[in-house]
Amino acid sequence: MAYGGLSEISRGALAVWRRNLDAFIKTYRVNFIPPFVEPLLYLLALGYGVGALIQDVDGIPYPIFIAPALVSISVMYSAFFECTYSSYVRMYYQKTFDAMIATPLSIEDVICGEILWGATRGTIYAALMIPVLFLFGVIDLPTSLLLIPFAFPAGILFSAIGMCFTAITPSIDALNYPAFLFITPMFLFSGTFFPISILPQALQYFAFGFLPLANVVNVNRAITMAEFSPMLLYNIVWVLLVALLFFIIALNLMKRRLVN
Amino acid sequence: MEIITADNLEKYFGTLAAVDGISFSVQRGEIFGFLGPNGAGKTTAMKMIHCVSKRTGGELRVFGMDTDTDPRQIKQRLGVVPQENNPDPDFTTFQNLTIYARYFGIPASEAEQRAEELLEFMQLSEKRDAPIETLSGGMKRRLIIARALMNEPELLILDEPTIGLDPQARHLIWEKLRHLRSLGCTLVMTTHYLDEAERLCDRLVIMNSGKILVEGSPAELVRQYAGEEIVEAAASPGTIACLKEQGVEFEVFGDTIQVQTSDPQNIARTLMESCRRERITVRRATLEDVFLKLTGRTLRE
Ligand SMILES: Nc1ncnc2c1ncn2[C@@H]1O[C@H](COP(=O)(O)OP(=O)(O)OP(=O)(O)O)[C@@H](O)[C@H]1O
Ligand SMILES: [Mg+2]
Repeated sequence: MAYGGLSEISRGALAVWRRNLDAFIKTYRVNFIPPFVEPLLYLLALGYGVGALIQDVDGIPYPIFIAPALVSISVMYSAFFECTYSSYVRMYYQKTFDAMIATPLSIEDVICGEILWGATRGTIYAALMIPVLFLFGVIDLPTSLLLIPFAFPAGILFSAIGMCFTAITPSIDALNYPAFLFITPMFLFSGTFFPISILPQALQYFAFGFLPLANVVNVNRAITMAEFSPMLLYNIVWVLLVALLFFIIALNLMKRRLVN
Repeated sequence: MEIITADNLEKYFGTLAAVDGISFSVQRGEIFGFLGPNGAGKTTAMKMIHCVSKRTGGELRVFGMDTDTDPRQIKQRLGVVPQENNPDPDFTTFQNLTIYARYFGIPASEAEQRAEELLEFMQLSEKRDAPIETLSGGMKRRLIIARALMNEPELLILDEPTIGLDPQARHLIWEKLRHLRSLGCTLVMTTHYLDEAERLCDRLVIMNSGKILVEGSPAELVRQYAGEEIVEAAASPGTIACLKEQGVEFEVFGDTIQVQTSDPQNIARTLMESCRRERITVRRATLEDVFLKLTGRTLRE
């Protein structure tokens, strides 16, 4: 248990990651649709629909304003849902984790592999969205390619948070609570569809202090706008530290759930 | 050489003693059985041996290593067939084996070759590329056994290996298990089929309520606890009175009288000549007689 369980992680975690990648590739037809369709729908409805009424945000055309948020949201959803509903199904219904821990893999290997996979899935989605957004002319290349490497730590963050809920949920239905009470509000209030700066000062502090998506959106928007400020450093460090924190919490909660 | 050594091994779930201070040792190259009614603690004991359940007391060493401190090294060298089938439903039969091999760090080419061999060994080659949900229960069971052999284990843990298998498949499994033993593999198994235990196990223990009641080879146990032969007759009041009169010791189970004896001719003759001759049979005592005698005839919840 030294180092919060981190020392129990071995290369075996990559075998767990590979298993999930293989399963993903097997069903690629369904898996590759969301990253193409989602930005399309959002851009059409919000970017051009609502955007027609708004003109611009701080001098930025509305579709361009929401483009980085769309990538952030996609990373959040894919990583969070992978490590909640999908991991829960593997753990509880398919007994995949039981089969894995009867091999040399430790519980920490399994959980680490799952979180790495959730982050990878988020990264794949971010990468697939880029050409679509580029075709719409709402992001610039090559700067926006930086969205891809940042999707990975952001993905770890959302996967690890999801895994914590999976570790404590009494049933698969109870996972709806974090989805509706945590993910959905965050989806709306993290500087996604309107700038955080129009919120009261206290809420702005709250957003950057406690909302993962707010910090992720800020980084992604800086990337697509190619505008870098000191605040950006804070956001990046916040994402990295909080990701590590929840990663360790997830390992320990899962260990508690699975060891008997 | 001792492969498993358990000393006063204990597992509590809250206040329930699932395994209540058992001691045993398993030698290299033998088939060692755990028998016992539902809830006796067999699965719990298996899980502690393969390091997925932590003991709450006592000592447990596998390959000379402590299951608490060296689970990875121990698990690298053993194969596990859990009581409940848990194939990976997202993959085919063949992929189930190769992906499982990755968890042991076995290189892909080696894993693929071994997977083909094991599918052959377990007569599953026809289902090589079938999705898991298209396999019958017995095929899944064979797949799980094949999977447990992917890392060429020195010790195989089998929790009710032949559950749900048809007679042909059970015979196939028995043959395979004996073959593995001949290769020097050590096997630890649980089963509710007492004929299976009698045929396969070199030594076994019978557990009840977390405790080991007896230990020995099947033949020894039968001799010691059930005598050589059993004479059975219908339990009519007349026959019961008659046997009492003759001074023969017997037991009544439901509608049947059983007499344990080493001289079945004599008892059978007594029954035929002096009592009513109703449904009289003479048979060899079996492990089932021992089991029922030691663990009682009432159902466990
Ligand atoms: N995770 C658990 N939490 C609480 N109690 C448990 C747990 N696992 C097993 N038990 C209890 O421990 C006892 C032994 O169970 P175990 O599964 O070892 O029995 P078994 O001998 O394998 O039975 P069966 O023949 O039905 O498979 C039972 O009373 C069972 O209810
Ligand atoms: Mg059991």
